[in-house]
Amino acid sequence: MPTAILASGLNASGPETAVFWILAPIAVIFALGMVFSRHTVHAALMLGGVMLILAVFYAAQDAPFLAFVQVIVYTGAVMMLFLFVLMLVGVDTKDSLVETLRGQRFAGVVAAIGFLLLLFTGIVNAGIHGSKGLHAVNFADDQPARGVENAGGNVYQIAKLLFDRYVFAFEATSALLITAALGAMVLAHRQRHTPKLTQRELMQQRFKFGTHPAPLPGPGVYARHNAVDTPALLPDGSPSPLSVSLSVELVSQKHGRAPRPAELGSSAAAHHPASGKGQSE
Amino acid sequence: MSPTFYLYLSAILFTIGTLGVLLRRNAIVVFMCIELMLNATNLALVTFSRINGTLDGQVMAFFVMVVAAAEVVVGLAIIVSVFRTRRSASVDDANLLKY
Repeated sequence: MPTAILASGLNASGPETAVFWILAPIAVIFALGMVFSRHTVHAALMLGGVMLILAVFYAAQDAPFLAFVQVIVYTGAVMMLFLFVLMLVGVDTKDSLVETLRGQRFAGVVAAIGFLLLLFTGIVNAGIHGSKGLHAVNFADDQPARGVENAGGNVYQIAKLLFDRYVFAFEATSALLITAALGAMVLAHRQRHTPKLTQRELMQQRFKFGTHPAPLPGPGVYARHNAVDTPALLPDGSPSPLSVSLSVELVSQKHGRAPRPAELGSSAAAHHPASGKGQSE
Repeated sequence: MSPTFYLYLSAILFTIGTLGVLLRRNAIVVFMCIELMLNATNLALVTFSRINGTLDGQVMAFFVMVVAAAEVVVGLAIIVSVFRTRRSASVDDANLLKY
């Protein structure tokens, strides 16, 4: 049973302490980095790191089932959903550093520190000494299902609780999930204000307004250049600006790789026979 | 090792999440901070489960995860629909109900 090995291996006091003191500061640093990074994608990745570290902590605390669910649901599904929406909304949207409310940042930090002190006081006042541990509960073999793999153990015990004492909550959860799926569909649904154009109408529009009714030419493919930012050559040897997508051109300008119509124009003669030879071989 | 340390870590992470909700104005980052707060609560629940020697805390953490997943779906759908109408993901721009 790998989960038992995972749990028992981390559960000995020495290794658990080491794991905690190594990973807890990293988790706090990641969380702070998430709050203060200006790039939203960096924030998302750091949140993923915090979630993975929490999964390790669950495994260390006799909760192997939750550790795996944490990895699958949070770092798998939820973070992917976040990144997906980030890409949809646009990665370049950065926060402005201008305060809309004066003194909001200072007040926020003060409120957070006060809240932290409040929580710490509560934990200290609770006077928790030691723990009963879950090993006895996880491996309580009351009526073990004979012949069932992993009878006893954390997953089995959680299943027993879930389908016995918490079965109504579990059923309510299914209603919640269906409602959430429906809600997402309703919210993300876009109402069409104009009728959908048929293929015939699209074709007519293209010939009525378009200066270039045919599809745009593809980028150039030569023996030495085979990239989307290489313009195609027209029959007279001049590069065709239509063949390079505008966004590709902007990106290559941003990264300092100026588009090379000029460079290509001068070297076109050198490339052209080579490419012809390469294709014929 | 005393499980209290996990509770302190959970409190710290929850506070950082609160701080993010208070300071950031990108709706997606605010949402991520809420997720961080939910995760911190889950850590506290798992630790309580260990302290008390019963599995109920773990079952509760499981339910929190389910609710969080549903919340993410609806919340991100709201963000997408707000972005579609306002062309912005900043929480300052969604102010039609203000006046």
